[in-house]
Amino acid sequence: MADSRTKTSDNSLGKQFAAVFKRDLLLSFRRKSDLANPLIFFLMVATLFPLGVSPEPNFLAEVAPGVVWVAALLATLLSLDGLFRSDFDDGTLEQVMLSPQPLMVVCLAKVAAHWVTTGLPLTLMSPLLGLMLFLPSDAMLGLMASLLIGTPTLSLIGAIGAGLTVGLKKGGVLISLLVLPLYIPVLIFGSGAVQAASIGLPVVGYLALLGAMLALGFVLAPFAISAAVRISVSG
Amino acid sequence: MSEPLLKVVDLYCERDERVLFDGLNFELSEGQLIQIEGANGSGKTTLLRILSGLSSHYEGDIYWQGEAIRDAKHSFLAALLYFGHQPGVKGMLTPIENLRWYAAIHPSLDEGSINSALEAVGLKGYEDVPCHSLSAGQNRRVSLARLYMNRAQLWILDEPFTAIDKRGVAAKEALLAGHVSQGGSVILTTHHDLSACGPVTKLNLDELMGT
Amino acid sequence: MAVSKWLPRWFFQLASPRWCYEITGKLLPGFLIAAVFLLGVGIVWALGFAPPDYQQGNSFRIMYLHVPSAILAQSCYMLMAIAGAIGLIWKMKVADMVAYCTAPIGASMAVIALATGAIWGKPTWGSWWVWDARLTSMLILLFLYFGVMALYAAMESEASAAKAAAVLSLVGLVNIPIIKYSVEWWNTLHQPATFTLTEKPAMPAEMWMPLLVMVIGFYCFFSVSLMLRLRNEILRRERRAGWVKDLIVPK
Repeated sequence: MADSRTKTSDNSLGKQFAAVFKRDLLLSFRRKSDLANPLIFFLMVATLFPLGVSPEPNFLAEVAPGVVWVAALLATLLSLDGLFRSDFDDGTLEQVMLSPQPLMVVCLAKVAAHWVTTGLPLTLMSPLLGLMLFLPSDAMLGLMASLLIGTPTLSLIGAIGAGLTVGLKKGGVLISLLVLPLYIPVLIFGSGAVQAASIGLPVVGYLALLGAMLALGFVLAPFAISAAVRISVSG
Repeated sequence: MSEPLLKVVDLYCERDERVLFDGLNFELSEGQLIQIEGANGSGKTTLLRILSGLSSHYEGDIYWQGEAIRDAKHSFLAALLYFGHQPGVKGMLTPIENLRWYAAIHPSLDEGSINSALEAVGLKGYEDVPCHSLSAGQNRRVSLARLYMNRAQLWILDEPFTAIDKRGVAAKEALLAGHVSQGGSVILTTHHDLSACGPVTKLNLDELMGT
Repeated sequence: MAVSKWLPRWFFQLASPRWCYEITGKLLPGFLIAAVFLLGVGIVWALGFAPPDYQQGNSFRIMYLHVPSAILAQSCYMLMAIAGAIGLIWKMKVADMVAYCTAPIGASMAVIALATGAIWGKPTWGSWWVWDARLTSMLILLFLYFGVMALYAAMESEASAAKAAAVLSLVGLVNIPIIKYSVEWWNTLHQPATFTLTEKPAMPAEMWMPLLVMVIGFYCFFSVSLMLRLRNEILRRERRAGWVKDLIVPK
């Protein structure tokens, strides 16, 4: 019985992270709709603006940075509800909490898997939206860079909301309510980066700020996420 | 004689304005099996969740090997195996994948004995079938397979005999008896008669509450 | 916890709902009188005696309601988050109750701040709403309040709801400076001619003294409001305790 403690400290943290990360990726790939739906939603939201307002190129080019970012925000929010829910429903989340390893490692691994299946594809798909909304081609790189750094932060903050609401029967709209105000700084600087890029101004400052937010989120969010999950499972 | 393994002092829990238990005291030593009885809804599952540390909605103290449980969380969880109300099995994964994941997150589980454990619960041949294609009873057995591949000292089991056929029941009884005879301890809830597993300490929640 | 060693004794005495009920009973009349007096004096002074602003004339007097309510809205959020944290760390029921009672008061203050801001904006800028940095930040603060209140409403178990709301308020607290900075930056980008609603450069004493009176009066009003709600909440949650039964059914 005594050797179990020595075994847990060395390779198990990384091994646990890898195991949870791989498992979540595997689960997402086995249910292809989980992967595709946020991307389709992303595309649809961007389409609503020309349809609902005006397809005029000058107008669309001006609003494109904000529209793509808002669409990315909403698509991320939509996919967050399922982050912990299926694990909660079938009892595996309970078992995770009973692991002697820190819960934060598991939460980080899940958020990482969530980003790889949501934020990263959104980032890769964003030039397509930029094209449809007449974003100048100089801005494409800035668009992708801002989304690449911003979407992990969205996943991290959103996971807090997902953790808080996983025990509730109808989590859906509530997550958005809890998480959207917290997304606003990322939105401001993310779309600011793309706007600057489209006028030809340097983007590095914005990316640095987004990076700082990501760093802060990376350090602080896991505490909040694991506290939230514990509260939900305990109730 | 050493300290009791688990000591519960003055446990109080209420749920939905109903007091489930008040002033509950008991001890669990090595090599002891405690069966918790009570009518449905009397709080058996809640008690097990409190004892395993999942729920913190209680007042009172719980001690593991002499230390308060929140101070000894790491050693407690390393020595605990919990089988809960829900199977704890992911439908989209196969039994082997499920058990491999369990072995990764819980150090007391031995990954090498996955195949023999699955065979012991009668799932030989189904190792690579996604669990959503298996029956509810088979899903529970996947989770129970952990009992055959672990070195945990304390087993907390919630209705482990549900949806298990006669042959499986006999095997589980032998498993429990074996664990207890090697110094392990078990707390479980079940309506099943456990006399085949050796001496059983019974804890009846209805009697304790006078309901 | 190590930090518990240097906390004063009254901090732990606060953990008793009954003691809280008794002490708020004693403090309530004093705060009520102070609130009525200060608000009365403040309003009369602000509306009647303070000099009109040279640019905005008399319409700026709404500031005497806008600024105190904005200050209160922010203070309440901080109180809610800190009380929630205390409830979470030391498992004090009273702290949870304080957080729960503060939320709607703070949200109402935010609404008053937004409404008075809008009323101020109409004669000044001609429109009921303007995406000014301070108003936008206040709106986001209101959303944060709504989130916390929605979480309380959605969770059935009061103990879980208190903990979850505490976590959310703390996350919000950490974010508030980030949000403020982001919104201010965003505002300077889109409105180069900033016209702040409060004159940041020196306000003469005839203007900020009634403001100070109003702010303190608002704080007293908040204390009265909180104490009333807290007392109700204590009675409601402790209704099965002996001392509550003795209160309600006199011997």
